[in-house]
Amino acid sequence: MSLTKQEWLALEKKAHELRNLCLDTTYWAGSGHIGGGMSSMDILTILYHKYLNIKKDDPNWPDRDRFILSKGHAGIAYAPVLCDFGYNDMEQLKTFNLTNSKMGIHLDSNKVVGVDASTGSLGHGLPIAAGTALAARVLGKKYITYCLTGDGELDEGSNWEAAMTINHFNLNNLITFVDRNHLMIDGGTEDVMKLEPLADKFTAFGFTVKQVDGHNIKELCDAVDFALSYDKPVLILADTKKGAGIKMMEGNYKWHYGAIDENLYNQCKADLEEYYQKRVERVEREAK
Amino acid sequence: MAGGFVYTAVESTAMSTAEYYGNTLAELGREHPEIVALTADLAGSTKIGVFQKEFPDRFINVGIAEQNMFGVAAGMARAGCVPFLSTFSVFASLRCADQLHTDICYQNVNAKIIATHAGTSFGQAGSTHHAIVDLAVARSMPNLVVICPADGVETANAVRAAYKHQGPVYIRINRGFDRVLYGDPNYDYGFEIGKTVELHEGTDITVIATGSCAFQALQAANFLESADGLKVRVLNMHTIKPIDKDAILKAIGDTRRIITVEDHSIIGGLGSAVAEVMAEAGKGCGFKMLGHNDKFAPIGLHEDIMSIIGIDSNGIIAAVREVMNKDFELDDDWDDEV
Repeated sequence: MSLTKQEWLALEKKAHELRNLCLDTTYWAGSGHIGGGMSSMDILTILYHKYLNIKKDDPNWPDRDRFILSKGHAGIAYAPVLCDFGYNDMEQLKTFNLTNSKMGIHLDSNKVVGVDASTGSLGHGLPIAAGTALAARVLGKKYITYCLTGDGELDEGSNWEAAMTINHFNLNNLITFVDRNHLMIDGGTEDVMKLEPLADKFTAFGFTVKQVDGHNIKELCDAVDFALSYDKPVLILADTKKGAGIKMMEGNYKWHYGAIDENLYNQCKADLEEYYQKRVERVEREAK
Repeated sequence: MAGGFVYTAVESTAMSTAEYYGNTLAELGREHPEIVALTADLAGSTKIGVFQKEFPDRFINVGIAEQNMFGVAAGMARAGCVPFLSTFSVFASLRCADQLHTDICYQNVNAKIIATHAGTSFGQAGSTHHAIVDLAVARSMPNLVVICPADGVETANAVRAAYKHQGPVYIRINRGFDRVLYGDPNYDYGFEIGKTVELHEGTDITVIATGSCAFQALQAANFLESADGLKVRVLNMHTIKPIDKDAILKAIGDTRRIITVEDHSIIGGLGSAVAEVMAEAGKGCGFKMLGHNDKFAPIGLHEDIMSIIGIDSNGIIAAVREVMNKDFELDDDWDDEV
């Protein structure tokens, strides 16, 4: 089912709001993993506002779709999504990273409503997602499991152990995203530890790989629609920009984690607004 | 000089410890459809084949990928399954310690780790396959219950108790063919997580043993009673965490001398757990820890290694005599009543 223009614009608006909320949270917390948060935001937006079959008033509904954020440090983006969705009080975002807050850099599944797995140690999410998908088989449930990994974390061997499992058991009830922002803490992924040819690697491990622009909502949705209808495990390799929407952060590995003061905050806000306008113009051009 | 025990051939027709586990798991599986069994290419070695045969759809072999197995189990547990994970203790505690820590314990999921080939029970395989630090690792993980059963019957009890317990449990069992402590599979001795079992009454000294050392301690106590006229209390401390503080404090008060015995490093295992309780109690007590003394064990048959390390009955007898001959209570420089 193709994305309508109206739907696309609504998702763009939501993604814009959530990018702003991520920026606000980083500002309130003083600092945060805003770079990788912004690169993931379009994926998080389409999941929480189009695809995930979840109930606002029943976050533990046993038949709900699951989402595993393997790149747990993107909690600064994920927490705003979960608060905005209604699972947690928005005021909690103002306590992000504060002592005794329920929310810190890596979200705790036993403290933050809606979090399906406590992640943060990299390379853990995909095995957990595979287990979540296997459990659906054993328990006779129809839910879909979505997993979002970073690209740098693919250096961890456990991802490839999980990839073998996903292929072996043909877990087509699991859809994997890779936020391919090309950067990690120490620099570019290809400089620190070569990942390419990444799509070929996943193909060799048994995935059907869809390469998309990770900041094009239409392309992301088309890939998910394909994955949902396909009988084999699909991996959506989303080409993204670290710090997407904020000029001085975009593509700058130093913004893996950073601090934001008031001046910077205002500049970021202006950038996000400009970014949003450009994206709306694209919708106007490309939507049918 | 230690007392005189000669090993007899182990009863090879008896079910091994792991077989007790496999059968109990299958039995539980019949009652509880949410139970799933996972292994990392060790279905045969860990004896969960019975479950596999009966419930092929609830059996998951992830291949030789322990880190993945622990993550998969955490995902399954959070979705409503009760996973029993089986692999060798050395891998369960070390290869995937991060996953055990974060995916299983931090999330406090209802997963049960059955870590086989514990201690030096896979003796000939050498230190790559000996687990002499797993209790130290497991014991330090919040939320994790840690059990070290003495034999097959106790393993069956522990596995059933683990299912009833809500939350993660680590059970370390031996490769198999342990000396049988509780011969009758139907013998109800009141197994309870965290509650020590007294195997032999005594007022002179207490030997606190865990795992396969419990049998050895009982043998030693019987020998010392007839040879030396000593009344040795023997406690089978099958649960390492939560530790049975009451039993330790009672032993300090009643016998003033304690020896711990374990097929594990003396750093971080049973001995350390007992020492912590003792130190906090503030009561002076003769004390000796038997176990692997910060050294990797030699290659060999399990019972030979136990003898070399001094955690067999002969080693325990020698240690009891040593501690009994120590006049720690009469040390003029030491006021042991705090």
